[in-house]
Amino acid sequence: MDLLAAIFVDPFVRMGTNPTFLIQVIWEGFVSGVLYALVALGFVLIFKASGVFNFAQGIMVVFAALALVGLHEAGVPAWPALAAAIGIMLILAIGIERVVLRPLVNQPDIILLMATIGLTRFLVGLGEMVFGGEPKVMITEALGIPTGILRLPLFEKNLILKEIDITAAVVAILMVTFLGVFFARTKIGRALRAVADDHQAALSVGISLNRIWVIVWFAAGIVALVTGIMWGARSQVSFDLEVIALKALPVLILGGFTSVPGAIVGGLMIGIGEKVGEIYWGRLLGGGIESWLAYLIALAFLLFRPQGLFGEKIIERV
Amino acid sequence: MFYREVGQFKSTYAADMAIFPIRQDRIGIMAILAAAAVGVPLIANDFVLASIMIPGLIFTLAAIGLNILTGYAGQISLGTGAFMGVGAYAAFKLASAFPQVNVIVWILLSGVFSAGVGVVFGLPSLRIKGLYLAVTTLAAQFFLDWCFVRVGWLTDYSSSGAIEAARRSLFGVAISGPEATPLSRYFVVLGLVVFLTFIASNLVHGRIGRTWMMVRDMDIAAELMGVRLLPAKLLAFAVSSYFAGVAGAMMVFFWLGAAEPSAFSISLSFQVLFMVIIGGLGSMIGSYFGAAFIWALPVLIKFAPNLFGVEIQSATVEHANSMIVGALIIFFLIVEPHGLARLWAVAKQKLRVWPFPW
Repeated sequence: MDLLAAIFVDPFVRMGTNPTFLIQVIWEGFVSGVLYALVALGFVLIFKASGVFNFAQGIMVVFAALALVGLHEAGVPAWPALAAAIGIMLILAIGIERVVLRPLVNQPDIILLMATIGLTRFLVGLGEMVFGGEPKVMITEALGIPTGILRLPLFEKNLILKEIDITAAVVAILMVTFLGVFFARTKIGRALRAVADDHQAALSVGISLNRIWVIVWFAAGIVALVTGIMWGARSQVSFDLEVIALKALPVLILGGFTSVPGAIVGGLMIGIGEKVGEIYWGRLLGGGIESWLAYLIALAFLLFRPQGLFGEKIIERV
Repeated sequence: MFYREVGQFKSTYAADMAIFPIRQDRIGIMAILAAAAVGVPLIANDFVLASIMIPGLIFTLAAIGLNILTGYAGQISLGTGAFMGVGAYAAFKLASAFPQVNVIVWILLSGVFSAGVGVVFGLPSLRIKGLYLAVTTLAAQFFLDWCFVRVGWLTDYSSSGAIEAARRSLFGVAISGPEATPLSRYFVVLGLVVFLTFIASNLVHGRIGRTWMMVRDMDIAAELMGVRLLPAKLLAFAVSSYFAGVAGAMMVFFWLGAAEPSAFSISLSFQVLFMVIIGGLGSMIGSYFGAAFIWALPVLIKFAPNLFGVEIQSATVEHANSMIVGALIIFFLIVEPHGLARLWAVAKQKLRVWPFPW
């Protein structure tokens, strides 16, 4: 009986008695959800256009952020360093398309997945060799990102909002809007959607698959850079960030591999769900349930909708 | 020329379906077994035995387990490391609760526990397929990882959170614990791995294996032809997890001697998956090749600079190692997506037709 009360009553009582804290928790979850959604967005872009399940997205986030910070430490001013980091992501995209994707075209999913895991190993080694393995501090001030703290009075208590989190949310919304417009309104965007729909049909109307792949990997690289800056500013830039790729996977299966809105909704659901679960129910299990709660949510969900929230319906034929 | 089966006629169906139908293969496998049982212990020193041969063989067993699931039954799993952990913790609990029973019995039984856990986490495989399934197996990985850290009962509430292999012996010779020599551990590991490979090989060559391959090639078609998918897939998960669990138990008892929860993290899962892919999906010999390649390569890279008299900082070697292994994995996937086992098959064919080109 006590256990049932601890599961079904106590958490809600705590939520009701301290609504400010609940909103605070939801806000924290929302912000990490935004960042999960950004990583998932990188996955979705690449999966849609090339059918590659890009495990290296997490390390691309680290690599982009490290390149930015490393260049700044070497004496390059902040904004040129940002431009150079974007350039590095472009070179990376071209390199990956040339060396990895082009020879592996038409291989089964698992081979491509393994190739991106191999790519992850390669980038980890390269990043550590060039930039060193120790954590670095993100150049938040030099990029003009606000770092203050806002206090909003709410229900006679203060809701604490970090300005950097607000910036992250705004930037994420801007980027998603921009990508949406880019996909819907430009010629390249139309080509991207054509490739996502049907590779062969796209080829037959004269769309170059190789060029499209470079573009999506570059776009995913820019998404990775933004994610790296935001996440790095909240904590530190280190190779531990790589694990957010693993956090983004349940987001993906929740939202569907091929859906941009799915990535965002899934990210927010996972982010808020795991924070609320950890704070209000985690104690029952001894804490630390954040590491797998997201997977469990996604797994339970998949049993009822195997294609994810917004994924295309899976039709199987013999 | 060197490898020609001319004149070897089979007069029974059983002989035709044998695992090694060709005489040269039978001779070859005997020679390899003899070399492993007699030659290696004579030549190799303790270092080679303890840090190349023993882990190589243990990883081979784990790779065979994953190969049954991914290569034969077509279900991608990223949770092998956790299933190995279940086996390790089960063997530890059993061996410390009943010390009078021989540890080998417990190691072989520990796989049953990981098979049970594998079945539970394999249940979604009926609804969820392909890469989605791969992600859900990560749920097993992270949940079990969390259990290893948080559930004190599993480690007998040891303060460090690590499990240790107690001293156990077989026929009066120490085979686990600090006193066991690498040589005695090597013999035990070799015996177990060869025995279990034999069982796995028979499984996949029989009716069960053919069912798995039908499921792998197209599960709906298999279902239409009368294969019951749920038992077939769950059996694949159970057998695969059994092998992984035994490999995990052996890892603690015969190789590491002690293991922390982090030993069974996701990087272990990836390592085993690499072995399976590089070795060749759906191939027993490929599991051996893959384990040897992925395990021995970093060791070789580590010591290669010393051989040429070049002094490099160990951190640099570590990073270069990661880069080279990553690049080689991509290289192998491009050159031979079917793995080293395919290269082996090609080599056999060349030997068969030599000196003619085809």
